[in-house]
Amino acid sequence: MTEVRPRIRLPRRASAGDSIVVKTLINHDMESGQRRNSAGETIPRQIINRFTCEFNGAMVLDAALEGAISANPYIEFEALVDQSGDFVFTWYDDNGDVYTATEAFEVS
Amino acid sequence: MQHLKPAKSFALAAACMALFTGAALADPDPTAELVIDGELHLVTRAPSDDITPYLPERYSGWLFRSEGTRDIQMDDFENPGLLTVDAGLAAWETAEGTAGQSCQDCHGDIEEGMAGVRAVMPHLNADGDLRSMEDYINTCRTERMGAEAWGWNGGDMIAMTAAISMQSRGMPVAVEITGDAAPYWEQGRDMYYTRFGQLELSCANCHEDSFGQMIRADHLSQGQINGFPTYRLKNARLNSIHNRFRGCIRDTRAETFAIGSDEFRALELYVASRGMGLSVEGVAVRN
Repeated sequence: MTEVRPRIRLPRRASAGDSIVVKTLINHDMESGQRRNSAGETIPRQIINRFTCEFNGAMVLDAALEGAISANPYIEFEALVDQSGDFVFTWYDDNGDVYTATEAFEVS
Repeated sequence: MQHLKPAKSFALAAACMALFTGAALADPDPTAELVIDGELHLVTRAPSDDITPYLPERYSGWLFRSEGTRDIQMDDFENPGLLTVDAGLAAWETAEGTAGQSCQDCHGDIEEGMAGVRAVMPHLNADGDLRSMEDYINTCRTERMGAEAWGWNGGDMIAMTAAISMQSRGMPVAVEITGDAAPYWEQGRDMYYTRFGQLELSCANCHEDSFGQMIRADHLSQGQINGFPTYRLKNARLNSIHNRFRGCIRDTRAETFAIGSDEFRALELYVASRGMGLSVEGVAVRN
């Protein structure tokens, strides 16, 4: 698998109190644990099992991901921004790796 | 719609627009503007010339797709082909083979070393043989890096051609078709107008005579290749030019040429020349 690289897309501008659309995507195989390799052995499960988004320390979204979610999970949701601050996104891998991305967002 | 004659019988591009808008689904839109992320304007309509005497104007396949599909390509975040481009960019910097070298070691940063390459492919090599981008990549791998050649249609190869093609995004297609390239171009042109298969269809029957019309549930494009490698919603991966050629010829119920064959290289050169003036679209999104 190539290097995991999270991608975030926030709107260019918003006013305080607006609800904004947040788009996230991470490249990940999301190996389900159901498949077999060419030798007939089960390929062990390795998926992103949890995704969180915090804004200025407050939890915006905390999602549990399951085995049927396809590769490169794309998660889009709305978040209320009442002030400028930092979004922190975190993906938890089955193998213990944790991938984080931080995006500053300014309201006008 | 069925009463309309093939596009080439219309002298004016305006008539072609009527052909578009008269379709049962009003989705294809010849006036749509292709702008990536609100910044990069791509040319999707180019004037015809002696190379395409039977086309009123050159249209990117993007114009023939539905609004939803067109929108995906307008946003690099939504375009799934960009994930494969990332894999190619990573491979560019990764040393492989007995020489312990990466692409970057010779060519430098991909943004500089590969700018404009897609626009002139396929291209004659030093020996005067017509070669596609895949050939040049494999020559580098086997002769300079001491690495194994990649399969033409494999994931590694598609990722690399995608990453390289992105460096020409926005540049006009400008293949060399004169001089030593002329025999290859003529071979490709002859193939384009030759009927293949049990259905006895040439490329021109669909993509020149009938573009804009329906083929089953889909709008026929002009068969331009300026957007390759192309992400197809149909198989959810990037597809090479030769793979697309094979699919088209297979659908005429013919024995197809092989991917990476001399015939397909010649056809690639000819079809590329039919799109001169259109922008390289890097990784396009199609049905």
